[in-house]
Amino acid sequence: MSGVSTGSTGGGGSTGGRRDWPLWEVFVRSRRGLSHVHVGSLHAPDAEMALRNGRDLYTRRQEGVSLWVVPASAITASSPDEKDSFFDPAADKIYRHPTFYEVPEGVEHL
Amino acid sequence: MYGNDFGVPARDGRDTPGPTGGTGTTPAPPDEPPGFQELIDTDARIEPRDAMPEAYRNTLVRQIAQHAHSEIIGMQPEGNWISRAPSLRRKAILMAKVQDEAGHGLYLYAAAETLGVDRADLLDALHAGRQKYSSIFNYPTLTWADVGAIGWLVDGAAIANQVPLCRCSYGPYARAMIRVCKEESFHQRQGFEALHTLSHGTEAQKAMAQDAVNRWWWPSLMMFGPSDADSTHSEQSMRWGIKRFSNDELRQRFVDMTVPQADALGLTLPDPDLCWNDERGHYDFGEIDFAELFEVIRGNGPCNKQRLDHRVRAHEEGAWVREAAVAYARKKQERAGSTTGAVA
Repeated sequence: MSGVSTGSTGGGGSTGGRRDWPLWEVFVRSRRGLSHVHVGSLHAPDAEMALRNGRDLYTRRQEGVSLWVVPASAITASSPDEKDSFFDPAADKIYRHPTFYEVPEGVEHL
Repeated sequence: MYGNDFGVPARDGRDTPGPTGGTGTTPAPPDEPPGFQELIDTDARIEPRDAMPEAYRNTLVRQIAQHAHSEIIGMQPEGNWISRAPSLRRKAILMAKVQDEAGHGLYLYAAAETLGVDRADLLDALHAGRQKYSSIFNYPTLTWADVGAIGWLVDGAAIANQVPLCRCSYGPYARAMIRVCKEESFHQRQGFEALHTLSHGTEAQKAMAQDAVNRWWWPSLMMFGPSDADSTHSEQSMRWGIKRFSNDELRQRFVDMTVPQADALGLTLPDPDLCWNDERGHYDFGEIDFAELFEVIRGNGPCNKQRLDHRVRAHEEGAWVREAAVAYARKKQERAGSTTGAVA
């Protein structure tokens, strides 16, 4: 169970010894101006079929204008076990936020 | 559609929980990671790669798998009427609904797979009878009005059960359920509309609608599972935020919502004890025959064998398509040297 952001265990990209088609993670851009967002996963024999299955499964009601499919096995994810230490460096740098700074009374547009 | 998480009270060997086993009814298991219960208590979500007690994982696998199985088996009773729908409009609606059920099954299998099981194993367990699907689908759809009654009552009961699951503590299950619930509301409305058309049609059409409601009302109430006193998995599932309301609470909510709808349809719900209780602020209703529910779960419902046989046959007869798709993908890959997913 490693290397997959969604925690899916399937080895996407190759069929290996598995009895099911490889696993793909699906990302949908719901409309122009927005980024692709992960919506779930599916099984498909190849990328082209993954796109078609993704369309049928995740955009039956016009939920998207663009689809990405990514072999689940191609995703490298941070480990939840290291969550605290991995993200720790950002915790004590409150000066990265504008609210850290004092602005004199009456100063605007700052 | 819908799957519930309960089995027959006496273990009969066919109610085994799932490929990974375990039922998890003891409070605070020894392998519960520190902070796990706190996350749940603060209404945060557990995500796939988080450490979790094995019993939590197994409970979810069992429940999500059963739910997924119910979605795909649930295609059969309604699929039965696609070719005989009374108009092109009804046929298009019914096809869209049955396609949605397939989609719901796939969302749920994908959610189950994030817990470390393979969809192929879950399907094996279904086909071998080791995992269940909702007992409601073991009843036959005898007339066109049954399609309406399923949409109105069965999907109505499913929605009452599923809306709280949108806040389930396990992230992928909750996200799948949000998607399912969004799509499910059209299912209930189309059923209500089909019944309304029949109940405001000829005498014969109204009688057909009434007959369907008579047959589906009690099985729909059984979908919520045994009464709280006899519910096997409830307490631990509540503590883990997998279940939010008890079987009886959800059943009462469904009855209260449905009685006024039956009035609008001009149809009668087949329960002489059904009446408003001013003191409780709820409808009272008659005794449910849970012996029937457990018989159907044990495999003795009207259509158990037919549903499972059909499912296994469809799976086996489709094997060559799955193999051909793999062979084609391999051939293309060999010719192209490499294939990568297109990025838009």
